This record gives sequence, C-alpha cells and structure tokens, in this order.
Amino acid sequence: MSWSQITVQESDFNLSEQYELLRQKAGDAGAIVLFTGLVREVYSMEPDRKCQPATVQGLTLEHYPGMTEKCLQEIAQKANSRWPLLATRIIHRIGMLVPSDQIVLVGTASAHRSAAFDAAQFLMDYLKTRAPFWKKQQTLKGSHWVESRQSDSDTIKRWQLHD
Amino acid sequence: MLEIHYFASVREAMQRSKQQLSLPEATMTVGGLVELLSRQDACFKNVYESGKPLLVAVNQTMVDSTHPVCDGDEVAFFPPMTGG
Repeated sequence: MSWSQITVQESDFNLSEQYELLRQKAGDAGAIVLFTGLVREVYSMEPDRKCQPATVQGLTLEHYPGMTEKCLQEIAQKANSRWPLLATRIIHRIGMLVPSDQIVLVGTASAHRSAAFDAAQFLMDYLKTRAPFWKKQQTLKGSHWVESRQSDSDTIKRWQLHD
Repeated sequence: MLEIHYFASVREAMQRSKQQLSLPEATMTVGGLVELLSRQDACFKNVYESGKPLLVAVNQTMVDSTHPVCDGDEVAFFPPMTGG
C-alpha cells in the first residue's frame, strides 16, 4: 500500500521538509517529483475577457471543507491505480496569499521517473478542475473571482482517453 | 430538511453561505430543486439565469440535474473550480 497524505492549510510549506518526508515514506524510490504552484503578479485574464494584463496585489482562496479533502483523496487514489506510486503528497493553501507565495504542492515518488512525472501532472490537472477551490484576485481595479479556463478542462481529456 | 451551501461568486450573489430548506416532496431531482429555489428566491433566480455555469454537489459529490435530492442531504451550488 503506497503512502499518501493530503493537507489543506493556511500556512506556508517548506519544500525540503516535504521532499525529506516523501523520501522517508517512499521506501525504495528511484524518482521523486515535486511540483509547486505560485501566485503570479501578472494575470492576463480580466472578467470582461479583453485579456488586458492586470497586476495582482493578492489572492484569496476559498474552498468547500470536507468535499475538498474527499476530492483530493479520490484524485490521489486515481493516480495510485494508474501508476506504481510509492508515495503521494498534496498540500493546497487557502486564505490570503500575495504574489510569489506558494499555493499548491504535489509530490510523487516511484521506482522510475516517468511514473512520477506523469502522476504529478495528472494530479495537478485533476486538482485544478475537480477540487472545490476558488480564487478571488485583488487588483488595482478591484477584486474579482477568477473564471475557469477551458484549457484547464481540456487538459483532463488527454487522461480520460485512456480511462 | 435540506442544508444548502453556496460558495465563491454564488455565495456572494446569494448574500449568504448556507440555508435550510424544507422539501415540499419526500424526494425531488436537482433540476426540480433549482426550479423551486428560482421561484422562491430572486437572488437564486439571478444566479441561475445569469448564463454562467453553475455546478451542484449532493453530499459532497458532483452530480447532474437528474440526481435525486432527499431530506437530510447536503446540497452545494458553486461556480467551476479555479484551484491549483
């Protein structure tokens, strides 16, 4: 049984601690992949969709307590059933964040790199469109909810072709 | 009694994060519930008729409009997710 841990938290996380945790829990891993998502200062999609770049001053992340953890567990289980993973780690932050802050961490450990890379990509693709998180951006022009991108929904399709 | 939760832009448009509702029938579909809420609540009608995608979860699982809703269920309405 592979090791898996999922955390939704306000506080920041430390990459080297998470790496050491995966290394310790994964046993005989030959590959560990860690992905980190950051808050960007320039965001190119305004709600009016005219695509004027806006300077983001901050971001508030809301989620659906209970359902979030359940969804992330299901996504991790899906990844585990597709690839021979030794360990998976997901951390998603909520609350107020500012540009360059870490938002999300996905970590995978496997005997070989291709499984670890693919599973990390899969976890991120699913997490972005299936886990109940919502971003609200604060810019100089006011605050608005980030709208979902069709491209994010499309990326999931490549995994579904093989389902 | 049904517990209904609203999140993100839907929560703001509804001006509340949750509410309770007595079901007029023992069981109805999500689509029936949406029609009921649209009749009862002007805020909900605006959200529903805005043309923006509205997602629904029953007992914390995403469902479509044909899914049944029963007494004691937890229903949530929200826009498409934008995490990660």
